[in-house]
Amino acid sequence: MPASDHRPAALIDGGAVFPHRHLTGIDGLQPHEIMFLLDEAERWVDANRAHATPDKRLDGLTQINAFFENSTRTLLSFEIAGKRLGADVVNMHAAQSSVKKGETLIDTAQVLNAMRADIIVIRHMASGAVRLIADKVDCAVLNAGDGRHEHPTQALLDALTIRRRRGSVAGQRVVICGDLLHSRVARSNILALTALAAEVRVCAPSTLMPAEVERMGVTPFTDFDRALVGADVVMMLRVQNERMTGGYIPSSREFRLRYGLTADRLARLPDALVMHPGPMNRGVEIDSAVADGAQSAITEQVEMGVAVRMACLDVLTRRARRVEGWA
Amino acid sequence: MKLRFTNARIVCPDTGVRDGDLFVDDGVIVDSLDDADTIDCRGKTLAPGIIDFGVATVDAAACRAGGIVRVALMPDGVPVLDDPGIVQRVALMGKPDLWIHPIAAATRGLDGRDLAEMAICCSAGAKAVGTGRHWIADSGVMARVLAYAHDLDIAVVTHAEDGGMTAGAVATDGETATRLGLPSAPATAEALAIARDLMLAEAADARLHIRQVTTKAGLDLVRAAKRRGVRVTCGITPAHLHLSDIAMSDFRTFAHLSPPLRAESDRRAAIAAIADGTIDVIASGHDPRGPEEKRLPFADSSPGMAGAETLLALSLMLVRDGQVSLDRLFALLARNPASVLGLESGTLRTGMPADLLLFDSAAPWRIDGERFAAAGNTPFDGLPVEGRVLRLWKGGREIRAA
Repeated sequence: MPASDHRPAALIDGGAVFPHRHLTGIDGLQPHEIMFLLDEAERWVDANRAHATPDKRLDGLTQINAFFENSTRTLLSFEIAGKRLGADVVNMHAAQSSVKKGETLIDTAQVLNAMRADIIVIRHMASGAVRLIADKVDCAVLNAGDGRHEHPTQALLDALTIRRRRGSVAGQRVVICGDLLHSRVARSNILALTALAAEVRVCAPSTLMPAEVERMGVTPFTDFDRALVGADVVMMLRVQNERMTGGYIPSSREFRLRYGLTADRLARLPDALVMHPGPMNRGVEIDSAVADGAQSAITEQVEMGVAVRMACLDVLTRRARRVEGWA
Repeated sequence: MKLRFTNARIVCPDTGVRDGDLFVDDGVIVDSLDDADTIDCRGKTLAPGIIDFGVATVDAAACRAGGIVRVALMPDGVPVLDDPGIVQRVALMGKPDLWIHPIAAATRGLDGRDLAEMAICCSAGAKAVGTGRHWIADSGVMARVLAYAHDLDIAVVTHAEDGGMTAGAVATDGETATRLGLPSAPATAEALAIARDLMLAEAADARLHIRQVTTKAGLDLVRAAKRRGVRVTCGITPAHLHLSDIAMSDFRTFAHLSPPLRAESDRRAAIAAIADGTIDVIASGHDPRGPEEKRLPFADSSPGMAGAETLLALSLMLVRDGQVSLDRLFALLARNPASVLGLESGTLRTGMPADLLLFDSAAPWRIDGERFAAAGNTPFDGLPVEGRVLRLWKGGREIRAA
């Protein structure tokens, strides 16, 4: 029997299938580990749609959402995910408090740890901040976005959306377009989609293109129309308004001209799936007709977000809950 | 006091390596003595005490541990070295064990606008003027700084990063910065700054010392300028000789330096520039930072590393790898920094002050930041190295015993 055929039982159902204590990023995850999380999320999609009998598996557990940066939709998504599983969810809005930059980050981590939370969901404006906190606490930590670094649950929900709509991620030609330089969504998606064997093209003006991004296994384009040729999935990223006043891009209308996903552009791709992590600048990077059109999976992405976050909360607390095979 | 060092391998940047004796009379190296206390060096290496060009803080204990007898102090600490009274106090505070040579601020408050009182600061003890870890953005101001320093025959010590390009950046553009999502700037920011300062220095016939040149493009510019006679010297730290930007992986803030770590190709170019003489000075860049400044998200952490304790051992790796000879290494560590500062020191020639370092070039040890004097922020933590400081003399007086 070749070595590759030897699969110990623990690999299939026990904790060995996902040996990570935290989810700080897609970086470090094996392709089969990403697929495991997608499979787990898949069942929550069905349960959520069926309004099935509540599954309160996180009953009695405390989930703290520590958001050092403002967020509406991600925070809401994590809150709903936790509550749907029966967790006691507490939101800490550190963005408005006196916690500035990283000055008291370690102190905050120790405070959170002393509260004896079972899982902490963190968003922070500094790249690497979540990993720093994860090293300091005893419970599981879930990255809800750190600076420009990673936003792993977004990448997972995007991969799940693509898989459900296209049957598979592997072999899909995915074009990611927008502010790649400042985007954690782009980084996590590049890592997840290339790990799952998609063909990833990234497209941005050179002022918003990260250096040596091709070393991450993607093909960079500055011409959107060329990038779109043969695309199966078009993922648009938000461009912050303050970056379209001359700093990186001369104006929003010039951005739309060169990089906007307009109805005209999409007309050349009648089968392509349209995605956007939100919030959208309608009429800038994406036309309303496209965002609301038949090819758009944007609301489905939001739905997948809840399922993916339920799966992550469940999986990351299995050791603490002493689930059989995970303890 | 009369001293005779015997059984030493004597390393002099001017006269080379020889086995034999060295005589010291009243703190000065002499040709011979009839009657002297004998110090048996047991075959170990006797070299000039290290002159560390451009430390951020005065850390006497770390210097003693690292074989350093003189430091040139950067002007951009607290307070800024732009006032003659402060310069004079700093120049005196280390004596007699550690001589501190202030690099006075070239512009008032290091604001890059008005010339500082360079001449008065020099009479108060400054040995050069500098821009600190800043860039003078206004080329007109920089031209006048160089022209004025030319009249005083002092070097202008610069930091080679075009501030417009590096604003907000904590890393060099490249795969590592992209993967970590760190704000980064292109490596050409260094060559741009060097190109301007070289042209201005050439026009003013001024002495320019670029404290750290870390990129191939920057080193090429310095090499070409030296060839056409520009009075330029430059330095580097062991971090940029031994590490590339991949050392920042996992957000390791001990590898957060200024200028930031570069690509591997730049690191190799720096090694070549050591070997061919383009680089004149190796300095520690000593800048100890505690956990309150390093246990932070990478971009929020302070740049800098503790380097005084490891300067000798990390530099000896260049000798071990055949990049430089031992005597040339001590030109980089002692003679050349002395000459940039206009000091009578840094060699073992007759008449020089007896600033002496005895070390065991083969003794193995492991770098352990926990044991550093001020703070253990070294990206080399845990690295096995060779070369241990045994004893140290400043002006013939022993300041570190075995």
